[in-house]
Amino acid sequence: MVAWSEQERSIIANLFSNLDYEDVGAKALTRCLIVYPWTQRYFGGFGNLYNAEAIKMNPNIAAHGVKILHGLDRALKNMDNIKETYAELSVLHSEKLHVDPDNFKLLSDVLTIVIAAKLGTDFTPEVQATFQKFLAVVVSALGKQYQ
Amino acid sequence: IEHLQYMTTGKNISIFQIEFFVRLLNKMSLSVKNKDTVRAFWAKVSPKAADIGAGALCRMLVVYPQTKTYFSHWKDLNPGSAPVMMHGAVIMEGVADAVAKIDNLTDGLDQLSQLHAFTLRVDPANFKVLSHNLMVVMANQFPNDFSPEVHVAMDKFLALVALALSEKYR
Repeated sequence: MVAWSEQERSIIANLFSNLDYEDVGAKALTRCLIVYPWTQRYFGGFGNLYNAEAIKMNPNIAAHGVKILHGLDRALKNMDNIKETYAELSVLHSEKLHVDPDNFKLLSDVLTIVIAAKLGTDFTPEVQATFQKFLAVVVSALGKQYQ
Repeated sequence: IEHLQYMTTGKNISIFQIEFFVRLLNKMSLSVKNKDTVRAFWAKVSPKAADIGAGALCRMLVVYPQTKTYFSHWKDLNPGSAPVMMHGAVIMEGVADAVAKIDNLTDGLDQLSQLHAFTLRVDPANFKVLSHNLMVVMANQFPNDFSPEVHVAMDKFLALVALALSEKYR
């Protein structure tokens, strides 16, 4: 089990309560597909991904980005039990979606950069450290059930 | 291409496989568009280079505490301290140099590679860590300019700089 200080819990709660999911979710997945184009392999059925412009305008990608971001809500609500909370999603990503777990780290790095762009001076080094710790725990939990 | 097919396997392997291997041999090099993008973005942000460097270094020391091991000789590792500010500026002079030598990073960064290999001996994994934090600061301070297209060009560029810096390691 991961230990969280009061300050860390507060930082995470605050970040998510002020989060514009529609904006950040769409931007994060879009950016991931542009910066790491091999991740497009998982989105064959999502329509036109031909170039950066097409990806940015693709409504299926935008919607899916929001869905993924909301996937972090369960960690937010179960910070003391993230590993168990994501067991089912881990099986899904492994058995059904066949996602290479390295991709979780890529998306997590991109999400950090999108949040950095969004929060400006509020994205202090401490906030960055806490947010990256939070994402690392989720990423680890998502990779746990792979076999 | 057909000649290559027969030379390698005598079988009809797909043209896509050949193309893939040719690209792999060329590694992930910077396209003309990538270089233009990096130069244009750098021109915009270079007045703030020292701030960017200090900000990135500071974040690295806070978010990745294991990197502090390289700075045990500094009295003060806190954000905003004199050594961090000064060293951030030094790092960015290196980045500026790399931008100027973007057409041949391996040769251009030869001396810096020797420094990192023989004197500093920074574990190359840390280049990726610093690159990430440089991009976090760029996104944070230039949110309207650090578009996905700039991001991918900068990510590639910094990865190639790291590769050039590791040239002399072994």
